[in-house]
Amino acid sequence: MKTWFKSGSPWIWMTAGTVSVALIAVLGLIALIAWRGLSFFWPAAIHEFHFSDQERQVLIGEIYDREQIPVTRLVDAGVDISHIDGEFVTRYLVKVGNREFVPLDFTWILEPDIVRQETPKDLVMLERARNGNFYGYLEDVLENGQTVVQDPAAIRSVLRERMRRALQLRDEGLSIQRGPIASINYQLEQLRLDRRRLELRGEYSDEAEAELQRQEELLREEYRAVEQELFAIRADMERDQVVMRDMRGERVTFSMSLVLDATWANDMNLLQKWGYFFKQIGKFVTEDPRESNTEGGVFPAIFGTVFMVLLMSVIVTPFGVIAAIYLHEYAGKNNITRMIRIAVINLAGVPSIVYGVFGLGFFVYMVGGTLDQIFYPESLPNPTFGTPGVLWSALTLAILTLPVVIVSTEEGLSRIPSTVREGSLALGATKAETIWRIILPMASPAIMTGLILAVARAAGEVAPLMLVGVVKSAPTLPVDGNFPFFHLDRKFMHLGFHIYDVGFQSPNVEAARPLVYATSLLLITVIVGLNLTAIGVRNRLREKFRSLEH
Amino acid sequence: MITLNKDRSEAVNVDNLSPDEIALSVRNLNLYYGQAQALSNINMDIPKGKVTAFIGPSGCGKSTLLRCINRMNDLVETCRIDGEINLHGQNIYDRKVDVAALRRQVGMVFQRPNPFPKSIYENVVYGLRLMGVNDRRTLDEVVERSLKGAALWNEVKDRLKESAFSLSGGQQQRLVIARAIAIEPEVLLLDEPTSALDPISTLTIEELITELKSKYTVVIVTHNMQQAARVSDQTAFLYMGKLIEYADTNTLFTTPREKQTEDYITGRYG
Repeated sequence: MKTWFKSGSPWIWMTAGTVSVALIAVLGLIALIAWRGLSFFWPAAIHEFHFSDQERQVLIGEIYDREQIPVTRLVDAGVDISHIDGEFVTRYLVKVGNREFVPLDFTWILEPDIVRQETPKDLVMLERARNGNFYGYLEDVLENGQTVVQDPAAIRSVLRERMRRALQLRDEGLSIQRGPIASINYQLEQLRLDRRRLELRGEYSDEAEAELQRQEELLREEYRAVEQELFAIRADMERDQVVMRDMRGERVTFSMSLVLDATWANDMNLLQKWGYFFKQIGKFVTEDPRESNTEGGVFPAIFGTVFMVLLMSVIVTPFGVIAAIYLHEYAGKNNITRMIRIAVINLAGVPSIVYGVFGLGFFVYMVGGTLDQIFYPESLPNPTFGTPGVLWSALTLAILTLPVVIVSTEEGLSRIPSTVREGSLALGATKAETIWRIILPMASPAIMTGLILAVARAAGEVAPLMLVGVVKSAPTLPVDGNFPFFHLDRKFMHLGFHIYDVGFQSPNVEAARPLVYATSLLLITVIVGLNLTAIGVRNRLREKFRSLEH
Repeated sequence: MITLNKDRSEAVNVDNLSPDEIALSVRNLNLYYGQAQALSNINMDIPKGKVTAFIGPSGCGKSTLLRCINRMNDLVETCRIDGEINLHGQNIYDRKVDVAALRRQVGMVFQRPNPFPKSIYENVVYGLRLMGVNDRRTLDEVVERSLKGAALWNEVKDRLKESAFSLSGGQQQRLVIARAIAIEPEVLLLDEPTSALDPISTLTIEELITELKSKYTVVIVTHNMQQAARVSDQTAFLYMGKLIEYADTNTLFTTPREKQTEDYITGRYG
């Protein structure tokens, strides 16, 4: 035993053990999030439960959760337990949907209460634009109130066909809203600002007003035409209806325009299930959120996160690199430089919310407010830049990540062999030329390392963003087709904030729980994706300057 | 023991050079690193179109003296210099001197090959690009002339676009010489150019040095006395920051005037 201690093996075991624990923790975290996040997209079986008691005989829904609870807890809650034996009882959390007819779309049921449980192949889950999912049996499809189902066996294909038509119309309507209507509104707003601008300059006159009114009238006319088109489409969408039988056994009719998808989850083979799985993932990453973020996709949040991080990289890289060059190449090697360096490193330890407060006070109110007074007086009192927005978020995070970039760039600069510098200087290059032509390219892998760390930190940061630009729901992306295309004053959505919002601020926490995991998984994927891109670039640069480390 | 270059015909008397034979003249040069004096009162004339070698034990100040000639010591913060080095009768330590321009006239090759992380071609034209020359044809000509001048052309003419790091150590050192002569300096300083190379590459470089003196004044620092004897026309022996003896190579190696020189070249210390 003593020799075993002396051999140093315990030390190796201890270090290796620590690494294993860290590794298991990381892998476990990723596995949990991936499993919970991805299972959200898998088609869950739709169950039909039959009960003995009078008031509820049938319940249709997806099993969401299952847990063992002590019977005593039920007694405390005042439940009749005369038919239950044993100490523990299994209960299920069932998602019943049909939000307009049931008070809660989740309900707990006790296993002993269930008389019969089946998964009929005809049960269908309709994904709807409003009021969440609808579970039940498909009864009929109507066109202007008349049935269009000739052959009851073909009812599914009839529904799919009508649904496809409604979806197509829906897309047309949306593209009108987002295209022409948004554009006309934007131009009308510009005209209003033009008028205000003229007033402020004292150039406002009757001729100018007449011209503005003429333009306005043109736009309004255009608007009316587009609006007519939109109304026509909307009316057309209401043509078809779907008739369902719900768990109460009642016939329910609603417009086809609400139906987004129909899934016979109990009647799918494995291949179809996989198809559904990937389709759902695709919808999740490409669609806009619905129902206060608890349904639909997260595309605006992905876009906002990536856009803000890229903007931040564009800001932080030149600043950090230039600061590092000054500190390493030009500043005298004295105590003041050393103090500045320590201060920079310590900046990385400031809690991020403090940066948020700083960003709000300095960027939003001071800089943004001043910009508004100088460049956008016509839109006051509505702020343009004097309000949280994507630019201020990017700037705040740029300051937050600046130390990381400075420190890694300085490290890179100090690794460059002095012989290469001297070689350049000996050929008649000035110091600036040497830095620009030789030192910076050679330090570029280190700069990329700094940027990788900066991106990793920035993409996961939520707290400061809540003060300087992130919102629960942003109607427009910061990039669109209206000049000048990049609207850096706009607020944006962010995956990190989305997780917080859906998980803790949602009206329907149970329904949102899988979304929290799915969004977390997506956030990790986005960060890993951004980092892999940066690492790829760095490796290419390293390859280029590889032989320096001889 | 030491083989001298027999066909060294035009040996000159370094103590008695006419003004137009002198490339560089060093006058009363003192150099201090902080408090420590590294060079004391150096006086010497370096003749034009010859190879002058600095020899001496480690730390004797021979590299420091060499680096004074193109003001590389300016990079050392604690370094202080007084005295003069005259190039064309102009003191290079004068305030008015543009250091970058001086370094274009006085090229330098270092101990370890230090090619830039660029292609072979871009390494050679680096100095020209700095001067603002971007004309393709001029650059091509200079690359060919310089690489031929550095005896590297035949080995690399088909792969000019490849990274300079793909070359061997000896080739890299010749590339660095080509890079230095591409901007046509008057003086070429070589700081132990073969100390990091194998014997075959060393031989190639030594042959090259003999070639180079037809166009440039060459000053070489070497640890290796045989090398000094083989390639140089005159040799200066430095010891403890002082110039002990400076004479044409044959004289210095065969009949040294000073006891210290004799001890060094016969290997009694160093």
